[in-house]
Amino acid sequence: MLIVFDNVSKIYKIGDGEVRAADGISFSAARGEFIAIIGQSGSGKSTCMNIIGALDTPTSGKYYLDGQDVSALSDDKLAAIRNRTIGFVFQQYNLIAKLNVAENVELPLLYSGMARAERQERVGAALAKVGLSDRGRHMPNQLSGGQQQRVSIARALVVNPSIILADEPTGALDSQTGKEVLSLLRQLNSEGNTIILITHDTEIAAAAQRHIRLQDGRVIADEQRGGTAA
Amino acid sequence: MKLWQAFRLALKSILGSKMRSFLTMLGVIIGVAAVIVLVSLVNGFSSDMSSSFESMGTNLIQVSVFGRGGNTVVRPAALMDFGEERRDVLAGVSPSVTVNGVTAKVGNNNLTTTVYGGSESFHHIRNFEVERGGFFNYIQVEARRKVCVLGSYTAATLFPLENPIGQDIRLNGNKYTVVGVLAAKDGGEESSADDMIVAPYTAVTPLSQQGGVSSYVFSAADKDSVDAAMAAIEDFLAGYFADSDSYRVFNQANLLENINELTGTLTLVLVGIAAISLLVGGIGIMNIMLVSVTERTKEIGVRKSLGAKRRDIRLQFLIEAATVSALGGLIGIAVGAGGSVLIGNMMELSAVVSPNAVLIAFSVSVAIGVVFGYFPAAAASKLNPIDALRYE
Ligand SMILES: Nc1ncnc2c1ncn2[C@@H]1O[C@H](COP(=O)(O)OP(=O)(O)OP(=O)(O)O)[C@@H](O)[C@H]1O
Ligand SMILES: [Mg+2]
Repeated sequence: MLIVFDNVSKIYKIGDGEVRAADGISFSAARGEFIAIIGQSGSGKSTCMNIIGALDTPTSGKYYLDGQDVSALSDDKLAAIRNRTIGFVFQQYNLIAKLNVAENVELPLLYSGMARAERQERVGAALAKVGLSDRGRHMPNQLSGGQQQRVSIARALVVNPSIILADEPTGALDSQTGKEVLSLLRQLNSEGNTIILITHDTEIAAAAQRHIRLQDGRVIADEQRGGTAA
Repeated sequence: MKLWQAFRLALKSILGSKMRSFLTMLGVIIGVAAVIVLVSLVNGFSSDMSSSFESMGTNLIQVSVFGRGGNTVVRPAALMDFGEERRDVLAGVSPSVTVNGVTAKVGNNNLTTTVYGGSESFHHIRNFEVERGGFFNYIQVEARRKVCVLGSYTAATLFPLENPIGQDIRLNGNKYTVVGVLAAKDGGEESSADDMIVAPYTAVTPLSQQGGVSSYVFSAADKDSVDAAMAAIEDFLAGYFADSDSYRVFNQANLLENINELTGTLTLVLVGIAAISLLVGGIGIMNIMLVSVTERTKEIGVRKSLGAKRRDIRLQFLIEAATVSALGGLIGIAVGAGGSVLIGNMMELSAVVSPNAVLIAFSVSVAIGVVFGYFPAAAASKLNPIDALRYE
């Protein structure tokens, strides 16, 4: 199993009380799945995504990523895991404004210390995959929202991650462009990438084959679907 | 991430906001330029001083006698005799009367200059070389003959065309006959060591209006006997004066040492002041880096999500700070070197831009970037990625 969540809880202490953002979540996911984590606002989706993405560690419970226990690693070890195994796609794209498209996509490779020739080859391939080969020298603010999101998908892809984590990737896009981004994600999934999509919108979740529904930090449903074309 | 890439990124972000970067650098620019200008000028000043002192001869010992009627207590003849007695340590002795602001006139040519009154060995003691004619002799000194020897500037000014030897000139209206001309020693310019006239000390009384001789010059037998010679002179004078404050014996080398000590202290003080402005520059850099870290919180979060380690983030901000500061240092060096030459020319000092000062100024400015950049860089590297990503 690629992802194993074993009774994972994330508890925030606020004054005397506490918020159980994740409350004993258990599930596992295999390589190549396309999972949507859905739930209302405040249900714990982002909390789960932060733990899956090794940005955060659980208060209790275990998280195994590719067989490795990631529950209690240091900042820098987590950074190395993010660098090699996770590709993030954010709602607001989060491109770095003063770097051009190719440099943005190259960034994770710089942090892994890859040689220049291989970096360039990978950046070229990733941009080709999202259909932006000719935009490498453009600055992010010269692109449309949908194009920027495709750049951020290229940046997620470029390290050949085990998981692509997308938190509301269509949230800032109009419905047509959103559909294009979703179909790009489906295509990447059909090529063997594991994708976890976080959304509160069931219509968007329909792109995924498996839905994990959260409520108040707990899993209330975990079901396989057909995964229809968006 | 490789250093070179971090450096390229730093340059990019510096060039991305030129005005702000310039203002950030300003403190360092001013500090470095100030250090370079001050060190160069003081260097130039002390090397000018040294060369003008050396041209006077390092064996030279000067004696001043103060108080009322110094020469009634010790007569020139007594000192001259003493000089003869102590041939072992003294090569020569001469009274040294200095009269400033004397008007020298030949026909329509005239100038204001300094007249020295000395004995027939004055030129040996003061290291003057006679170029034309000769120096006045013992008999002329004893006979109070109004003869004189011209410095090269004075000769060229008073006698632009004809040979001055044998001609008469008027010093404050008194007629003196030129017997010799000295070789140029100090460039032959106005106000230089060549702008002067030498006459027998017995013959300058009409110019000085005060009959006495209160200064003497001695030359030590050689460089090594300077200290022994000075001691002998002190001993001799102690026999005449009850109070040792009534006379002073000093040597060019002592004077030079004192001046060097003074310029050394001056340099330290000035460099200290400049160092404070560098410190202020460093604080400016720290301030801007802290602002920049806050502004770029989200970027830091994104970089961390992409796998940047603490070290990568710290390095990025450190290199940025060091680059800004080093760039400021380079500009400061250019401004400082240019300023040194300019001010040196204006003040007629030979400003010497010392490579050491440049090197030190540059290293210090890089160090300032690293030291003052470290705190903001460390703060950036410790940001929690989730909070940083959420920052708007
Ligand atoms: N740093 C924190 N400190 C305290 N409480 C927190 C913190 N982060 C999240 N929470 C709480 O945990 C719960 C789950 O938050 P989470 O961000 O995971 O929700 P979400 O499902 O992503 O919601 P949304 O759809 O609005 O993004 C919420 O009640 C939230 O207030
Ligand atoms: Mg959320």
